[in-house]
Order: sequence, then structure tokens, then C-alpha cells
Amino acid sequence: MTSTTIPDLAALFGRMTGDEKHEWAAASTVDVLWVLYDRVLNVSPDTAADPDRDRFLLSKGHGPMAYYAVLAARGFLDPSTLDKWTTFGSPLGQHPDRNLVPGVEIGSGSLGHGLGLAVGTALGLRAQNRHTPRVFVLVGDGELDEGSNHEAIALASRLGLDRLTAIAIDNGSASHGWPGGIASRFAVEGWHATTVDGRDHDALHAALTAPHDGPNAVVATIRNEG
Amino acid sequence: MRETFVDTVTATLDTDQRLAVVTADISRDAFAAARNRHPHRVINVGIREQAMIGVAGGLALTGMRPVVHSYTPFLVERPFEQIKLDLGHQDVGAVLVSIGGSYDDPVWGRTHQGPGDVALLDTLPGWTVHVPGHRDEVESLLRDALAGDGRVYVRLSSRENARPQPATGRFSLLRKGSRGAVVAVGPTLDNVLAATADLDVTVLYASTVRPFDHRGLRAAGHTDVVLVEPYLAGTSAHEVATAFDDVAHRLRAIGVRRDIEVRAYGTAAEHDVVHGLDAEGIATTVREFLR
Repeated sequence: MTSTTIPDLAALFGRMTGDEKHEWAAASTVDVLWVLYDRVLNVSPDTAADPDRDRFLLSKGHGPMAYYAVLAARGFLDPSTLDKWTTFGSPLGQHPDRNLVPGVEIGSGSLGHGLGLAVGTALGLRAQNRHTPRVFVLVGDGELDEGSNHEAIALASRLGLDRLTAIAIDNGSASHGWPGGIASRFAVEGWHATTVDGRDHDALHAALTAPHDGPNAVVATIRNEG
Repeated sequence: MRETFVDTVTATLDTDQRLAVVTADISRDAFAAARNRHPHRVINVGIREQAMIGVAGGLALTGMRPVVHSYTPFLVERPFEQIKLDLGHQDVGAVLVSIGGSYDDPVWGRTHQGPGDVALLDTLPGWTVHVPGHRDEVESLLRDALAGDGRVYVRLSSRENARPQPATGRFSLLRKGSRGAVVAVGPTLDNVLAATADLDVTVLYASTVRPFDHRGLRAAGHTDVVLVEPYLAGTSAHEVATAFDDVAHRLRAIGVRRDIEVRAYGTAAEHDVVHGLDAEGIATTVREFLR
């Protein structure tokens, strides 16, 4: 399974179609998604319902093609499913639905819901004394505009959720930007926060697995490559 | 009713490891003892209502049974999209328990009134809605809700009837008459009974409005119906229409007015008069309807 390479993902990606904006948004997540599913997450099609699995919550449900491609590469989806995506009867839409797609932990699309759900998931695991699973949630820099994220960011640290990692993809899409940087917004709330090159797999892996006392934030910077 | 709610949930936390409570500062102190005993299952998120519902959704995703509690507008209106998506769209369950009713304490003004709660939840599939009319109706409704998996809304109020009715989920036949049926929902019952004391009408009582007891309404044998609800007038009108979808019927709906915002403080009883929910107002409407 680990032999799947980014070019293979591109082929899977190519089985779907979408407008340019969606393709670009999806492409910004492809590297971090691959590092997560290839090297970080302890979850497979066989353990997709295991209560002790790691959770990955795609909060930024917009532009899910890279996500579907990675799920197909890892065996959660039959690659042929990709061919008819977004058609009536396909489980794959422009926003993912956990009730339709194996391995998808949340339905998302409306921005600003994943972090709150991730905080609740981490709390639920802690309440059940399940200290092994980790919870990862991916948000976009534009998505951080939604105030609900900031309720969850503050709460996660105050409640000491050390099994939680938020990944913020920063491709400079927030209309009014984040002066001082996104990492500082997490750091001031007590998160362990790192900013890395969102295309650098080793840097992503190191940041995603770095030891942290409270919750962990990884800001993955994506330069607009056109 | 709030005390019964807190006591029932606090007791169940000791016996049901699946249960969790999520608050947003409202009633934080009422759950202090429970939080001391179960610090990981009684969670106060501060004044963060979006996170309150999001956290409940996440808890439910891990198999827990969240009970979420706040004042009506801060539980249902402010985080409404979270209710729609973090609970409904994820297809997970929760028990939402509100206090404050439509205007339990009008000195707080419009910001603390929530007459649109049941109508809002009506836009989403799969919600059970309980509107108990007495504190002794709360425990059994709540215990069933806590033991289940679905999405349940329990609308608590400081206003209550003098006596409890059996909380069966069905409409109870309290009085049999010949000229029409009056359906009293939750805390409106005492005013309905007073209003109809000398009228020849059937009185039905409902503490559960979703699912709506279509069969119970049909079984009363009237197609002239007055619906008295303590929230927005006519919230259940479409349910009455469904009950009579193959026969001609007449309906008059009494409830919180939709045409005005009442910019007044005072007492809940004074607001009842404005909405025609006082005994005299209900009597006038019913007499007019039966004429």
C-alpha cells in the first residue's frame, strides 16, 4: 500500500472532473492528505469502524477530489466509483457525506463545522478512556473566517485535548488575511503550533507527529503555483 | 421542571456510562455536583453555543448520548445550522433540553424569547418533540429520551398546569363534547380547561407533538379543531391537515402571534393576553369558531 505514489493519485484524481476552482482547492490538500493516510493515521478499510482507530475529519469539505483519490488509493473506495462522481446515485458529491462514503468520518461542506465536531470527538474518546486514538481535523485558511472555529480553538486548549491535531491549509484564500500568521491564532490559545511547507512530506510528517502537551496545530502553507 | 431535568440527568449519569451533558454556561451551577462526579462527561463549554452543538455531535460520533441544554433561543436558534448539520446531517442523536419556553420571563425581552423553536425543528427530519405541561411529566419523557438513540427536543417551561397528565406520547382524551375538539399542548392545558369549562367540546391533551398523534386526533371524532400551542400559532397546523387529508375539516390555531413583536416586559400572564393564550382569549376564540 505504501508504494502508491503521488502520480498514482493524479491518475485517480483524473477520473473525476470539476471546474478549475474546485480542482485547485483540492490540489492544495493532496500532499497533507497523502502523508496522513500513508504515514500517520492508524486506520484502514478493515478498521474503519474500530472505536480505537485514528479519526480524520475533513472540515473543508469543498474540493474533495484529493480526499476521494486518497481513499481510493488506500482501499476505502473502489477506484471505479470515482468515474461517476457527483452523478445521481453516486456516493461521491462535491462535498463528502459520512453516511455515503466508507472511511469518511463527517459530512462537511458548510464551513466551520469540523473543528467543533473534532473537539467533541476527542472529548468522547477521553470520556470512554480511549487514550490511543488521535483526532485530526483539516481546515482551510478561508474557512477560519467562520467564528465557530474560534469557539472550538479556545475550547480545545482549555479542556486539554492533547490527542487533537488541527491542520490548517494556508493557501492565502482568506479575503482579509490573517495578520501575524495563522499559527499565532492557535498558539495564543495554548496550542502547540508549527508552520511548514505544505508540499514537504517529511516536514508535514514531523509536524503531524511531534509530541505536544495540549492540542497540536499544523499550518501547511501552499504557495499558489498557478 | 428544570430541577426534575437536572435530577433525572444527574442520576442517570451514575448508571449510564454513555450519557454526557453539554452546557454553555446556562445551568452550569445546577450541574456542578454531576460535573464533580463525572468531569469528563459533564462539559461546560462557556458561552459558545456553536461549539456546544458541535461538541454534542462529536460525542455522539464516538457512541455517546449527549444531552444539550440552554435557554430556548441559545439552544435552537443561535446554533441552528449546527443542529441541522452536526446532528442531523451526520445522522447522530442527541437530547436537546430547553428552558425559558416562549416567554417564561418577559422582563428579559425579545432576546430571551424562543417561540419559533418547534417551527424551526419542524424544518428538519427526524426530531421527536416533547412539550411537558407539568414537572411530573418530565421524568418519564426524559428517561425514554436518554435511553434512546434519536434526536429529541424537550421543551421545559416554568409555566405548568396544576396537575400532571400521563406522558404517553399519545393525545389524552380529557373531556368529551359534541361540537368540536380543542387540542391543548403542554402548559396551555389549564387555560384551555378553564376556557372550555362550560362549552360542549372535546378536550385533548398533548405533551408530545412530534410525532403528532394523527390517529388520536381522528379518533376524537371531530373535524372542527382548535389547536392551542404555547409557541408560534399554527406550528402544528400542517400536522392537523395531514390527520384530515381525506376529509373536509376546519382549524383555528391559537399560539404566539406571528404578526407582531411584542415590545413589552411584565409577566408571562400579561403576554398570554396579547397572544390570546389566556383563558378568556381562548374561550372567545373557541366560541367564535363554533358559532
